[in-house]
Amino acid sequence: MSTDTDTQNLTLVQAVRDGLRTEMQRDDDVIVLGEDVAKNGGVFRATEGLYEEFGDDRVIDTPLAESGIVGTSIGMAAYGLRPVPEIQFMGFIYPAFDQIVSHAARLRTRTRGRFTCPMVVRAPYGGGIRAPEHHSESKEAFFVHEPGLKVVIPSTPADTKGLLASAIRDPDPVVFLEPKLIYRAFREDVPTGDHTVPLGEAAVRREGSDVSVYTWGAMTRPTMEAAGTLAEDGVDCEVIDLRTLSPLDRETIVDSFEKTGRAAVVHEAPRTGGLGGEITAILQEEALLYQEAPIERITGFDTPVPLYALEDYYLPSPTRIEDGIREVVDF
Amino acid sequence: MSDVFDREPDDPVRVLDVSGELVGDRPDLSDDELLALYRHMRLARHFDERAVNLQRQGRMGTYPPLAGQEAAQVASAMALEPRDWIAPSYREHAAVHVHGLSLSDILLYWMGHGAGGWRADVNVLPAAVPIATQVPHTTGLALASKLRGDDAVACAYFGDGATSEGDFHEGLNVAGVFDVPAVFVCNNNGWAISVPRERQTASPTLAGKAAAYGIDGVQVDGMDPLATYAVMRAAVEKAREPGDRPRPTLIEAVQYRFGAHTTADDPTVYRDEAEVEAWRERDPIPRLERFLRETGRLDDDRIDAVEASVREQVSEAIERAENTARPAPDAMFADVYADIPPELGEQRAHLHRLRDRYGDDAFLRD
Ligand SMILES: Cc1ncc(C[n+]2csc(CCOP(=O)(O)OP(=O)(O)O)c2C)c(N)n1
Repeated sequence: MSTDTDTQNLTLVQAVRDGLRTEMQRDDDVIVLGEDVAKNGGVFRATEGLYEEFGDDRVIDTPLAESGIVGTSIGMAAYGLRPVPEIQFMGFIYPAFDQIVSHAARLRTRTRGRFTCPMVVRAPYGGGIRAPEHHSESKEAFFVHEPGLKVVIPSTPADTKGLLASAIRDPDPVVFLEPKLIYRAFREDVPTGDHTVPLGEAAVRREGSDVSVYTWGAMTRPTMEAAGTLAEDGVDCEVIDLRTLSPLDRETIVDSFEKTGRAAVVHEAPRTGGLGGEITAILQEEALLYQEAPIERITGFDTPVPLYALEDYYLPSPTRIEDGIREVVDF
Repeated sequence: MSDVFDREPDDPVRVLDVSGELVGDRPDLSDDELLALYRHMRLARHFDERAVNLQRQGRMGTYPPLAGQEAAQVASAMALEPRDWIAPSYREHAAVHVHGLSLSDILLYWMGHGAGGWRADVNVLPAAVPIATQVPHTTGLALASKLRGDDAVACAYFGDGATSEGDFHEGLNVAGVFDVPAVFVCNNNGWAISVPRERQTASPTLAGKAAAYGIDGVQVDGMDPLATYAVMRAAVEKAREPGDRPRPTLIEAVQYRFGAHTTADDPTVYRDEAEVEAWRERDPIPRLERFLRETGRLDDDRIDAVEASVREQVSEAIERAENTARPAPDAMFADVYADIPPELGEQRAHLHRLRDRYGDDAFLRD
């Protein structure tokens, strides 16, 4: 991890902007494009000020066409630029899905490395902001399932900046999902200037000896809250924020389980086919003999994210997380 | 009818000028229908104002306003029969109301309630939130009508931004190939959030895009209710009885939305207030009002009566929506499949147990 000594106190969305800005200053090939990213500064203001600073060749308002935005970015990347296309909400990424999985992910393979796709597709993801339909999806598993892509979800402002910088510098395509529920929920000191956090490394947010709890993105906070409550009852949780979902940091995942022998996975994505199943499988394959209790998945339900009158019941709450972890430790 | 379609795409159909003077052929509407057109536009305007306020007061979620677009929505929907279908975007509150959804059905949806936004006995698909996805659905509805030998027409509504999406092009292309009874209404309000129409496409008009699919494209002044009605009526009739023209039509209704894109948006960042003011001159409501007054169909008393009735209707709808019981969490699981699969049933039972154990407050975040 490279860091500067100076810091700024930023929200997560400000850290996105700071990360983009720093990388754009570093490398003229970095280009931001998407719907409403330039003049409007993004519907969440994630790109605010970039258009004024870098001009309309580097911060481009595109027509309303996700396949066009990502497909164009693939061509730009193959040519040698480093496009950072924004998809306004993850629920609107599907028109671009074909381009991402059929082309971005396999350009390197298909050309034996002659052409590559150093592109970062950014999208706010997840529920909890009382948004209309299709504005709350958490479908990271679609992309984790695609070889050739990296998938990153930060949960803190400093990580956001650092992981985004690494994603932009990465030679391969990265899907970078931003937990919009916590875009403005809190601030943190973020190094100014150059700051990277390596892809593929999980962070241990809380050390503990009784149970390993794996999570990422917006669910990290309610998970930490549950861990705090459980600590008062003498249950010592180790909370692991995966940060990069592809490639997964199997070593940190397994090491923690070997220490605690118990595990829970918390994600807001639907349960079936979600990443909780993959993490459980890794633990079965690599640390079966350490296992002392069934592994619990605390997840969204296998339903579309409901309209906001019922959204709170859909998302794992601190109480639900706490309950699930107790199942594991009381087994 | 033919002069509606035999014109250049940049030659918009107009019937009323901005001062409400008749400058074209008045469509065949009775006095009652003309007054209904006016009343629905007033209702839509008032509904919209109240809906924005409800959002501001925290009584409703994000809401997409329509003020300025009443003529395009109301007049076009009035040209449809109940057996016809509408596949709307998220902004067509007035059109779907004219077609049969109640105002409280519409409010409930924006209040985050899954019971809203549709109705079993009304041929309106749920609002399409992802842009342009309803365009191919419309082609499908129309193709089904044709295959069944029915004479129902399917109508899609979408914005100018939607014409950039692949779904728009694919939907129109398939419609042209199978010559289906469809009408595609583009509500071109000049902006897709912050992107102006000129940066959306290099095509001189949106109506002109129809040529690529071998169908008719026509531009209409979408803030002129009589012109909109006339064009829509001609397109619907042609869809039912094509004669020697293609059945599908792309209508570009040129108009302007006075308010923000949604209540979550701040247009002052990208839009000039002078532009909004200039378009207010073309506001469809005073325009029709002047015409109806000049021709003796409307006077102060009748206008007051309309005002009072739309206020009452909207207040009642708000009351009904707000008094509708909040959905039980089970509703989330109920209609995902026709029969609930075992795993989903277990998830539902699990949520029941958690609510019993901890109470609902443990789930609600505010
Ligand atoms: C596929 C997709 N991409 C992005 C969005 C986000 N979004 C919602 S409305 C909108 C602009 C729509 O503009 P237009 O089609 O002109 O319709 P208007 O809202 O102006 O009536 C955008 C970009 C979306 N809903 N769906």
